[in-house]
Amino acid sequence: MLMEETGGRCASRTETAPPPVDRAGTATSGYNFAYLDEQTKKMIRRAILKAVAIPGYQVPFAGREMPMPYGWGTGGIQVTASILGEHDVLKVIDQGADDTVNAVSIRKFFVKTTGVAVTNKAAQADIIQTRHRIPETPLNEDQILVYQVPIPDPLRWMEPLETETRKMHAHEEYGVMHVKLYEDIARHGRIATSFDYPVLVEGRYVTSPSPIPKFDNPKMSDCPALQLFGAGREKRIYAIPPYTNVKSLDFEDYPFEIQRWDDCCGLCGATDSFLDEIILNDQGDRMFVCSDSDHCRSRRENRGKPAAGSPDKEESA
Amino acid sequence: MYVAVKGGEKAIENAHELLARERRGDPALPEISAAQIAEQLRLSVDRVMAEGSLYDPELAALAVKQACGDLVEAAFLLRAYRTTLPRLAVSLPVSTGDMEIRRRISAAYKDLPGGQILGPTFDYTHRLLDFDLLGASEAPLGPGRQEERAPLADRDESAVGAKIQSLAELLDHEGLVEAEVDPGDEPADLTRNPPSYPVGRDARLQALARGDEGFVLSLGYSTQRGYGNSHPFAGEIRLGLVEVEIAPEELGFPVCIGEVFLTECQMLSKHPGDGERPAGFTRGYGLAFGTCERKAMSMALVDRALRSDEFGEAVKGPAQDQEFVLSHCDNVEASGFVQHLKLPHHVDFQSELEIVRRLRKAASGPWDGKEEKGEVEPC
Repeated sequence: MLMEETGGRCASRTETAPPPVDRAGTATSGYNFAYLDEQTKKMIRRAILKAVAIPGYQVPFAGREMPMPYGWGTGGIQVTASILGEHDVLKVIDQGADDTVNAVSIRKFFVKTTGVAVTNKAAQADIIQTRHRIPETPLNEDQILVYQVPIPDPLRWMEPLETETRKMHAHEEYGVMHVKLYEDIARHGRIATSFDYPVLVEGRYVTSPSPIPKFDNPKMSDCPALQLFGAGREKRIYAIPPYTNVKSLDFEDYPFEIQRWDDCCGLCGATDSFLDEIILNDQGDRMFVCSDSDHCRSRRENRGKPAAGSPDKEESA
Repeated sequence: MYVAVKGGEKAIENAHELLARERRGDPALPEISAAQIAEQLRLSVDRVMAEGSLYDPELAALAVKQACGDLVEAAFLLRAYRTTLPRLAVSLPVSTGDMEIRRRISAAYKDLPGGQILGPTFDYTHRLLDFDLLGASEAPLGPGRQEERAPLADRDESAVGAKIQSLAELLDHEGLVEAEVDPGDEPADLTRNPPSYPVGRDARLQALARGDEGFVLSLGYSTQRGYGNSHPFAGEIRLGLVEVEIAPEELGFPVCIGEVFLTECQMLSKHPGDGERPAGFTRGYGLAFGTCERKAMSMALVDRALRSDEFGEAVKGPAQDQEFVLSHCDNVEASGFVQHLKLPHHVDFQSELEIVRRLRKAASGPWDGKEEKGEVEPC
């Protein structure tokens, strides 16, 4: 549905010189390409460059008010707006899905202010803006994953003062973080953090992966794509450059582990994806489906086709 | 339920359509114009300009209309517009000493040079509903009010220029009030440089001026109730028009580009003196666009409370903690983040469900057993 809507615009764009986006008569006339003025974009790109140079370090930037509320992804939107070019193909997901309301809203914003092509397919996107998930499809070197971040400092829950956490990061004083995880184990027998699970980036900065489920944490490490994180309200940008080591904090005797389900996806049969639980009726019956809608759909589409590689286990069973 | 969350494009369009209808209300009634809002709901417009951080009564009135009267939402609309505006020039500091005064009172003196000018205020009204205002028939205004409503161009120009010194300036001659000196530095701008704590008074005042009136009010109030070291006097509150001037380099002299209506408050607090300075009065400062007395007074209280390090005062209350105050006073930030909880969080909730079930299983507490292996449909 999405591709149909923007198909005309895609077709009208030429490879050599794209015509300037026609904004006359639309609600966005009077605004720059991708809403932000070029000075602001330059400022944000400088912050991004610094962030890439110091993996996991939170770079302060002069975040702007955006026409969406804080907490709705203004940091990610500013990052995307600053790096988006006219030829780029954009994908926006929330909770792993393209059709969740806020993903729809953000995608519409970029279509309206830039006219760029958009896609549902992770493999076709140049820039993927995400909230709370990393796509199941492995990313490649030509892609940038932009995360929306609510609380960029993983130490904030232990120490509310910025002046203190800044020093803790500077001195690598991450003891409190391990104490918190240890207390979980002492109290519950396991680490009870299930999302926004803190990571150590390239052996230096303890960093928030944003509220993705810990299921996604392993995808961050050694990822070929550039990962950018934008926190609009807190005015911080940080980055994980391609092929950077990202380690989820743990203990030798209590190694990091990800979520597991006893069920598989009720639609595509996937056993290796993050599953959303859907309550089907008043009796509380439920089914599980892939949170990544692109992953789920492409698996279902490929099901009918002759197997390119080895057939899926569930289908052969 | 699944459909409700993954509503998609059509649902959003429908929601916008419904909102537009709600905004219009009963079509049998005439539509309210932005001009009417600017004139007749002036204090709403002023608050939106103050918190929206943009002096433009027309656009603020439009924002109030578009936001169905939700002033925080209206301030947000104005901010999102403001942030896209190019900065053509930076004005010279406005001179509230040269203000064309509409109202000016001091609680510290019975009378003072320049006089007490009550002006338009709710202060001494009896809060009795005036049922006459329910009807459409308008009672003619008395002569005094008509005079006050005279348009800008018809004002008696001879009255302009009669400078009324502020109380602080008056007391300054005796050295009783801490001197305020302009260090000449470029003032901080939180919209261009994010705060790096601790921040200076300039950045704090900017944050408070843009901050939520309710939040700043409650913090100011808390300093009066023991959460802070404050024994304030409303030294002076003045409201009126001031000229905004710019001095373009190529001209070499300042030119007036317009007027803005401001509310200014100077709070005075006694300081018993210490090794460094003799006893005297310290200042707290409040300034806001339009008629925003409650805001300007609260701001002045909080400004003073936040200066505890200058005066060696113990930090005992949240109003004295600049990180707490500045991180939470902006209602565009606060409203956004509180309300973002409405966005779908089912991936995180699913993660928590999984861990909660696992923890309960491990503790073999009360448990419905449905999830035990074997009872679920095999894949």
